[in-house]
Amino acid sequence: MQGLLPYLINGISVGGQYALIAIGYTLVYGILRLINFAHGDVFMVAGLIMVYSSASMPIYFSIPLVLILTVVLGFTIERMAYKPLRTAPRMSLMISAIGVSYLIQNLAFYFTGGLPQPVTNPIPWISENVTVFGESTKRVTLVTPVLTALLVVALVYFINHTKIGMGMRAVSKDFEIAQLMGIKINGVISMTFVVGSFLAAVGSMLYFTNYPSVAITSGGMPGLKAFVAAVFGGIGSIPGAVVGAFLIGISEELIKGLGYSTFSDAFTFALLIIVLCVRPTGLFGEKVTDKV
Amino acid sequence: MMKKMNRETVITAVILLAVLAGAFALDAALPSYHIAIKVVKKACVYSLVAVSMNLLNGFTGLFSLGQAGFMLLGAYTYAILCIPVAKRAGVYQYFDGGIVRFSLPEVFSGVLGGTIGPVVGMLCALLIGGLITALCAYLIGLPVLRLKSDYLAIATLGFAEILRAFFQWNALGPLTNGSNLLKNYPDIGGAAAYIILVGVFIAVILLLVNSTYGRAFMAIRDDEVAAEAMGINLAHHKRLAFIISSFFAGVGGGMLAMYMGTVQALSFKSAMTYEILLIVVMGGIGSITGSVVTSFLYIASLEWLLRGLDSGTFLGISSPIFKNGFRMAIVSVIIMVVVLFFRKGIMGDRELPDLFRPRRKAEKKGGGAQ
Repeated sequence: MQGLLPYLINGISVGGQYALIAIGYTLVYGILRLINFAHGDVFMVAGLIMVYSSASMPIYFSIPLVLILTVVLGFTIERMAYKPLRTAPRMSLMISAIGVSYLIQNLAFYFTGGLPQPVTNPIPWISENVTVFGESTKRVTLVTPVLTALLVVALVYFINHTKIGMGMRAVSKDFEIAQLMGIKINGVISMTFVVGSFLAAVGSMLYFTNYPSVAITSGGMPGLKAFVAAVFGGIGSIPGAVVGAFLIGISEELIKGLGYSTFSDAFTFALLIIVLCVRPTGLFGEKVTDKV
Repeated sequence: MMKKMNRETVITAVILLAVLAGAFALDAALPSYHIAIKVVKKACVYSLVAVSMNLLNGFTGLFSLGQAGFMLLGAYTYAILCIPVAKRAGVYQYFDGGIVRFSLPEVFSGVLGGTIGPVVGMLCALLIGGLITALCAYLIGLPVLRLKSDYLAIATLGFAEILRAFFQWNALGPLTNGSNLLKNYPDIGGAAAYIILVGVFIAVILLLVNSTYGRAFMAIRDDEVAAEAMGINLAHHKRLAFIISSFFAGVGGGMLAMYMGTVQALSFKSAMTYEILLIVVMGGIGSITGSVVTSFLYIASLEWLLRGLDSGTFLGISSPIFKNGFRMAIVSVIIMVVVLFFRKGIMGDRELPDLFRPRRKAEKKGGGAQ
């Protein structure tokens, strides 16, 4: 058991990072009924921006810059690629999301020259080593769960107690009625993408601290896993996404700890399929019935 | 039968024959490593896979993203069955020569002689790959096909990723060579062979689409509830479409293995599925001709025509922005434009003969794209 402890600690940390990405998926799905395939790539771009900005400016400029640019990216994607398709079938929207993901990856390839960009200690404080229960680990492992919890609390407050949050809830219940009630849905949807991208940027800064480099495909796997977490928790539900992300992060690291690294990814997808077949609404999801 | 030979059928037949003749001419005129032949071969493979995906996503309306996984199955089956016995020790160097101790092309050349035998063996390997994929699709379909639209997409994507992880598992090494390359297996021939092979497979899909099954698939796509009310067994037809599409994806995977010369599970990522999906969308969801034409355009531009965008000089213009990756960036921008503003794609839901119908004045876009 002692041998698994570092994996458990790691799992909590990875889970927190997945949670931050998963919220972006779940918010967007709740409102647009769209699996935003580009979200993982937004996460990757945030990592790239971090690498570039931290190399050329001090930390108190680079962190806000990463957050702002990522938010702008998320906002732009929504305006350019999803807004023109508001009335189109859902599948067109999904195809557009896949197209955006492809575009971002190719643009990133062009700008980075196709080489993984080395992460060189962008935020020194969180990369320092600390000792927990006799295990040495980076401080980011401890910071992540705390930061995730704080952000989630803030987000829940935002959604339940502000006007725009109320708008988001209304739009996710019924698109058209919300519009009739005078909610500016374009503003609400943009806000959703802004929040989602902001959290993805935070997640990205924490996530890539643990990795030697950011490659253009780095966003794919964490993105998909965060999506699985969102489905597992019940897509559209924020607490669900967070719980799902922590469970997936922890199980994945424990599987690695038991020596089956090859299957840590496969486990996540197997879980997805089991959840989809047994309880498609996830842990906390609402039941949706199809109308003819 | 003869009465049906109207103008558009004749023109279509002429175009197809011209393409075939062109392929033979290419084979005769150019060495087999020439880029034109490579392009035709790869585009053929992509055509087949794109059409198989179109059968599911475009004609049946099942949004599946498992294509890369099914191609992986076909590719591995082909490679495993076709590596010559003498070379197995070298390929499976970490796994003691592997557990498969025969090679289909060699088995058949023992029976049918040295010229036809290997070809028959390779074809058998392709078909076995397709069948294994179809079987796997049947099993995957049992739970997955009950899901709707985007859940189906994500579940099939998940299965593809599981397959990819599974094939890299070291314990399966004697069969799959773990995460190492499979190589040294034979290729079936030049551009003409690929065109004929893919042409036959696509013709089968075309026959299927025009049969009662095809019409049932389209009815399901247009309105599930109405289709069920008309007496179409939804579960049965969805399963059938899924299995058939996967069969051809498996065969396509086998041909991709043939074309590439090496197989590695690592390369069958979900990005490959996305690429094929985007080809289908660009060609027009529900148009077989569109998928084929777009595959050729896409592969030809990426592998050949737009090379200059990456290496500095394009159409005689040199510019510092033409560096590595620029061509992909351009292509993906074009894709986004099509996805957003030309949602019907190149062909909409029309096929090649539709372009030559007398009454409708259609532009001649398809045809000799190669």
